[in-house]
Order: sequence, then C-alpha cells, then structure tokens
Amino acid sequence: MSSRGYEAVIGIEIHVQLSTKTKIFSSESTAFEAGDNENTSPVSVGMPGSLPVLNSKVVEYSIKTGLALGCDIRRKSVFARKNYFYPDLPKGYQISQYDQPICENGSITFKVDGKEKTVSITRAHMEEDAGKSNHHGEYTLINYNRSGIPLLEVVSGPDMRTPQEAAEYARTIRQIVRYLDVCDGNLEEGSLRCDCNVSVRKEGATQFGTKVEIKNINSFRFVEKAIEYEIERQIDCVERGDKIIQETRLWDPDKNRTFSMRAKEDAQDYRYFPDPDLQPVIVTDSIIEKYKKELPELPIARAKRFQDEHALPELDATVLTTEKDLADFYEDTAKESRNFKASSNWIMTELLRELNSANKNIKDSPIKPAQLGKMIAMIDKGTISGKIAKTIFQEMWASGNDPEVIMKDKGLVQISDPAAIEKLVDEVLAANAQTVEDHKSGKKKNLFGFFVGAVMKASKGQANPDLVNKILLEKLK
Amino acid sequence: MDLTFASISEIADAVKSRKVSAKEVAQHFQKRIDALNPKLNAFTSLNLQAVQDADALDARIAKGEDVGLLAGVPFGIKEMFCTKGLTTTAGSKILENFVPPYDATAVARLKKSGIVVMGKLNQDEFAMGSSNETSFHGVVKNPWDLERVPGGSSGGSAAAQASRLVAGTLGTDTGGSIRQPASFCGIVGVKPTYGRVSRYGIIAYASSLDQAGPMVSSVKDAALTLEVISGFDPHDSTTAQKKVPAWSQSLKADVKGMKIGLMKEYMTGSLDPDVQKTVENSVDTLKKLGAEIVEVSVPMTEFAVPVYYLVAASEASSNLSRYDGVKYGYRAEFKNLSAVDLEEFYSQTRGQAFGAEVKRRIMLGTYCLSSGYYDAFYNKAGQVRRLIMEQYLEAFKKCDVILSPVTTAPAFKIGERVSDPLAMYLNDIFTTSTNLAGLPGMSVPYGQSQSGLPIGVQLTAGHFEEQKMLNVAYALEGASLVKGKHPHVI
Repeated sequence: MSSRGYEAVIGIEIHVQLSTKTKIFSSESTAFEAGDNENTSPVSVGMPGSLPVLNSKVVEYSIKTGLALGCDIRRKSVFARKNYFYPDLPKGYQISQYDQPICENGSITFKVDGKEKTVSITRAHMEEDAGKSNHHGEYTLINYNRSGIPLLEVVSGPDMRTPQEAAEYARTIRQIVRYLDVCDGNLEEGSLRCDCNVSVRKEGATQFGTKVEIKNINSFRFVEKAIEYEIERQIDCVERGDKIIQETRLWDPDKNRTFSMRAKEDAQDYRYFPDPDLQPVIVTDSIIEKYKKELPELPIARAKRFQDEHALPELDATVLTTEKDLADFYEDTAKESRNFKASSNWIMTELLRELNSANKNIKDSPIKPAQLGKMIAMIDKGTISGKIAKTIFQEMWASGNDPEVIMKDKGLVQISDPAAIEKLVDEVLAANAQTVEDHKSGKKKNLFGFFVGAVMKASKGQANPDLVNKILLEKLK
Repeated sequence: MDLTFASISEIADAVKSRKVSAKEVAQHFQKRIDALNPKLNAFTSLNLQAVQDADALDARIAKGEDVGLLAGVPFGIKEMFCTKGLTTTAGSKILENFVPPYDATAVARLKKSGIVVMGKLNQDEFAMGSSNETSFHGVVKNPWDLERVPGGSSGGSAAAQASRLVAGTLGTDTGGSIRQPASFCGIVGVKPTYGRVSRYGIIAYASSLDQAGPMVSSVKDAALTLEVISGFDPHDSTTAQKKVPAWSQSLKADVKGMKIGLMKEYMTGSLDPDVQKTVENSVDTLKKLGAEIVEVSVPMTEFAVPVYYLVAASEASSNLSRYDGVKYGYRAEFKNLSAVDLEEFYSQTRGQAFGAEVKRRIMLGTYCLSSGYYDAFYNKAGQVRRLIMEQYLEAFKKCDVILSPVTTAPAFKIGERVSDPLAMYLNDIFTTSTNLAGLPGMSVPYGQSQSGLPIGVQLTAGHFEEQKMLNVAYALEGASLVKGKHPHVI
C-alpha cells in the first residue's frame, strides 16, 4: 500500500445534506429546483431581528445517522456560531456545532479488495449551509436558496491509507445515509460533499505530515483520482526537499489535477461561541431507543442475512444490498417466488441489465417484485419454461402486465399434459420415419436433439422440455 | 375627556364605545407630535398612514367587530423593532433606508389588539448607550430639562411618553435601556423576565440579554401592554411556554406582609442625595403600607457591569456582522466597485456607517471571543453570570421583591459623559445584573431632585413573578411624590 516508500494519511469530511422538506432554522422549502432566491425568508437571508428555530426533523435524521455510524449521541448538544465574513453567508456567521456536537466516537467497517477496513468517525455535527455565489467576472450574484439547508458534517479519523479506501469509505457513508433515507446522496446536486485531508509521511513514521485539504470533488471516482494525484504531488514535493504548504486545494476534473485555492497559514479565528438564540438540544434515552427501533437493517447486516438465511453467494448478497430499494425489491420478489437464488439471478442479470440500459432506478422498474416473483414461481411449478419466461419477462418490462395475463393473452402456457406431448411426439416420429430408423440403427449419431427440437417446434415452444425428453427417450428405445 | 393625559384603557374604552373615534385620537396625538417633536427629537419617522389606520379601525368598530383590547391607542415604537413598511434603523446609518417586510412579534401583537402606530422612536445606535447620544438621528432631549439627556438607550420612547406625544411606547432593555430612561423621564418602564416577550423582529444587540417591554405613564398601562405583548412565540425558541397572567386584572396596591428586599451591595457607595432620599422615602412608604423590609445580598453583583459589557459586546460583535452592505442597508460608494476587494468593501461600508460606540463594542466583543482570550473573558463572564443568577435565586428565598435605585443620579447634561465611556458604563451599575440573571425589573417614578428632575425606584422580582413587582409598583405609584407632575414643555 505504499508509494515510493511513503504512506498516505487520509481523513474525510463529508457534508451530508439532510433531506428534510424545510430548512434547518426556518420553514421554506429545500427543493433543489427553484428560481433564484425563491426559497428564502427573513431568517435564511439574515434580516435584522430574524431568529432561528430548530427543525426537529434535522435532529431526528442526525441521531439516526449517528446511530448507524455507531456514534455516541450527546444528551445535550449545543449550537455555536462560527463567525466569518463572506457575501453568501448572510448573518456573518454560520450556525454550526463546535465543542458539543450531537454525534461522536463512531466507526464503520467496509471491504476494500476483499479485506475489511474500519474507519473511525470522530464526530458528526448539525449545521446550516451558506448561499451560493455566482461569479460573473465583473460582478457576483448570490442565490440564498441553499442558505439554511440542513447539513450533517461527518468527520472521519485520519484512518485511511489509500485512495481506494477513501473512495470506499465515502461510498459506504453514502450507502448508509441512503438506506436511512436521510439524504438522497446526489453528489452532482451537492447533496453529499467530500472534503479530503491528505498528508504523506515516510513509511514507519509516527508523526503526521502537513495536511492539505482537497475540495470540489463531486464523484467517488474523483475522490480516488484527486487523492492519487495529491499523494504523488506531495511525495514529489518532499523528495525535492520542498515544504508542504498547509492549504486548501481544488480538484480540477478536466485537467486531472489539484490546484491551490488558498493558503491556510494565517488560520482563521472563527470566534466560536454558543448561539444565544437557540436552546441546547436535549436528547432523552427514550428518543434514542425510539429511533434505534426505527432504523432499517443496514447494508452489511442485510448482506450477511442474505448469505446466512437465503444461502445467497457473497457476490449476490453484496450486489443486492448496494441500495435499500434494490434489497427491498429482492426480498419482495423472493417472498412471492419462494426461490431465493432464482430471484437473485433474475434481478441481477435480466432486471438490472434492463434498468441500466433504460437508465432507470429500481423504484421506477415497470416490473413489480410481486410480478417477477409470480413468474419465477410459475417456472418452478412448470407452468412455463425458462424460455417462455424470458419472453414473458420482456412483455412484463414493456407493458407492466402480470405474467399470467401475458401468458394467457399470448397463449404461452406450457404444455405439461403427458398425453398431449405424447401425441405431438407420435406425430413427429411418424413424419420422420426414416430418421427414426437411422437413430435406432445407430447409423447416425446425435439425432436425439433433432427430435427434441422438432417436438418443441411442433408445440410452438410450449411443451415442457423435461416431459418431451422423457417421452422421446421411451419411444426411441 | 382630556386625551393627552388619558390612560391606555380609558382611550381604548372610549374608542370602543365610540365616545371618541380612533381617528380623532390619532389626529390629537399627531398634532402634539408636530408641535413638540422638533424640540425633543423623540420621533425619527412618522407613520404617514396613522390617521388612515385609525379610520379603518373606526370602520371595523362601526361594523360591530371586536378590534381588540387596545383599540385606537396611539403607540410609538422604538427603532429597534421591525415594523412592516416603516423604516427601521436601530438608530444607525447602516440601516438608514431599511424598511422591513415584517413586524416584530411584539408589534404584531399590539397591532392585533388595535393600537395605531404613530411612528418610530429614537434610541442609541443599536441600543448601545445610556444617554441617547449615540443615535445616528441625533440626541433626544429630556422633556423635563431640554439640556439634559432622556437616558438610553430607549430615550425616544421615554421622552415621547413623558411629554405625551403618544399614549404608550415600546422599548427594549439589554442592560437597563427601559428602566434608566423611564427613571430619567418620570414614566413607568418594565423589563419583563427574559423569555416573556418574543425577540422575533427586534434588532438584536445582545441576544441573551435583550427583552422588550412597555414604557408608559402608569403601572396599570404597563401591566395591560405587557399582557398583550407577552407569551410564547414559535418564531423565538427562547420564549417561555408559560401562561401569561392577566396582570392588569390582578393588580393590587396591597403590600401588607410582603417582604421587600434591600440589596446590601446597592446601599453603599456614592449615591446622589436626591436619589438616596427617593429610595429611603419609598422604603418608608412601603413600611407604612405594611411591607416588611429585609436585607438581602448578591455579592457577585459587584462584577455585573464588567460581566455585562463582556457578554453584551461579544454577542453584539457577532449579531452586527450581518450589516455588511451586501443585502440591505448602507453600502459604501466606490468609484469602481468591481475593482474593490471584499475586505475593502466591508471595512469601508462598516467603517463609514457604524458610530464610535458601536465600533468600540464590536472591537471589545471580537477581542473577547478571540481564540486565546475566550476562556479568560467570555467564558469567565458566563461563569460569573451564573453565580449572579444563583445568588439572586437565594436572595428571592428571603424576599418577594428587591427595591433599589435605578441609577446613581438623575438625568445628566447632554455631552457631560460622552468623552468618558467608563463613567457612562458605570451608569448601568444597578440595572445590568437584572438582565444577566434574566429577572423582571421595572422603574416606577417616585421622587424628584431639588431641580425638579424625576427619579424612579427600581423593583426586581424572581423569574416570572411580574405580578409581585407590579403590585409593589402600584402601591408606590399611589403614594408617589411626583404624581400628577408633568414636564414643563407640555
């Protein structure tokens, strides 16, 4: 895991945008699509005399996230003001949490290249987002729609050593908040923002090197690439004998490199102090118990259950649990089909392929889990063949109809009546008397397949292939 | 009916029973404002719609609608309160053109109960001052002596009320800004318990200390007004969920058996003899009325002034950050704005528009909150503040209401203390600890200086015990030595 005898130390701060309907301290909408400055109020633009009132959903979502990240939940947490001047910060301070954040001391475990990795979560705290400055050369316009959007900033320990670990950590956080339904995880819309702190040190060293913060990373692939670039840049720097400057750098996805945004040498003094406009957030044991009960089964536990109870292979279990909706789809399908592996196969191969090529979410699948489950059960009962099933699946995808309806409408019922099949076999054998002779005399090898094909064709593909095989074998003895 | 000296409830009753129209009332007081304000400078701007507003109210009354408890009562509102459609400057150039799109909750509640807003009242810039000399709109004159200050920061409210330019006013009190000018101008001023009145829409000076309250001519008017503006507000999470008692209904001038505390720490030191005498007289009166006088002690109050200035300045330094010229208010003019960097933009805007006292407190507060100084100043101040509160709670185990002077001396001359901020700050010695402890306090006129200046006494009660305080004030008011006296300007 080392590069040129150096080790990288990576910590990540992720701003999770909580998907509440209204802002953290005021009641206007958080909807992404809105005209400039449409989602604003005296509170979110910091008008004189306006006061913040905490949205209790933000606390609920933060506690649930904290619990999912194995954090301790503070029974009393405090909002603090982080003071600095910037035009898109309407009050001249950001309401955040400082020395008493709501969540602390957690950790998450995930797999990287088949190996387990645990990363500590130092803290997660609630805060409000600022507005957005749109620079137009000579002038700047500010849109305050984002001002007051609730964020939960999740801060990891400096526990990651490779770009892959960092990207996987970020993916895991995203997976968890999406499972909890507290964040849509949309990186492009800024619902999840990753700031990576990277430093390098000689292998075996115990002291940390000077860290550099990388911002503006809007995909997990870029998390990996930006860190990769930054590690090499820093090693080059050290090797040259230069000092690493503590600074904030931005990732440029077009040029595949980071560039300096601002030096942090004169560290800003934010003059944090408890916000006198807000009461401390008091969390009772019973609230925590309540939220614990409401937590969904998280991906790792769910994947394990799919392996243990459904006897699914690890790959299936992992793929099916990447998204809660997908795992739910699988479970609903399996409930109807009573066949775990077949349900997994149909989803992982047929359904995911169709969804991908149509660029659709599992939620928007025209085939519903009950329909897919019913279809799988029909295969298992022998009502339809696997081949017919594929035809039915395509019809279901196109029309959203139930499999039985399609089967009836298209006359796709499998012929499983032995007498009917025997009749078909007899007709085929009679029509191919010479070939029967050749087969029986052994003059030509491998003619059995020809008969099966002929019978299936005569049945328009509807004959139960097992029965066809069985009856043919007897008749051709 | 002599509208000039009528009480709030007298006016409301007359308007409701249509003995007088709200319009006539508004016009009467408008005339008074036109005549006297040029001398006093109490109003900074007038509500040009006041008469129409009153007219609309009359129309509703004519239709038989219940327009509220304070129907047609003309009010003046301190510049600190946001008033929809009316310029709200907080006494500062930085908000010279600010017209809020909303009413402060306290104003909204008064309006809902039928008042007519006559205009906005002068004050020290951002309520930072004890003399109304820091206002961007210029100093307010004390109606009892035009060469003297009306007190501050609610100087405009006190002067307007004392000279009866309106029937009622609203003020705010962060370290004495209602009580001190009330005492200087001979009116009743109440700062309720912290959390009683919503701060929503009141321009913040020091959020953990600011409270709004009535500045009016009688204890009963104060109780009535306070009833209307008090109560939980979903827009202010520091308001109390407590029920608001009908103080005006329960008002009793009966102090028999009540324990009146005299604070040891306030009885020593150099009091002006007239103030000293006023306090002694009020104590004698209460004794005669059957109250028991007990000595109480809040030793930490010795530190109240420095603690107050540390807490208030720290919070103010943050609260005033929003005035940056970006969104509203004053913006410095630049020849070529696009060539100006942000820091220059901010420092020019704020440097040009904030007055000296505001700058002084922003700098003091910024320093207190800075890393390396936070523990020694802001944090330490917070600890002492908690001790002051605890000691008050102990004191209130021994008494119902604490009586004390409001200030060390009556109203001083304009310009006398401007150059000595420390002397000015010490003016707040008896009033700041009430805010630090979140207690209700009030000033009720009782005595007079030899030169004829009014002198109030301060009453302080336990949290949410406004009734006790108002009752003692009601008793003192009945026996007041300045009852029926009015400033000569009117």
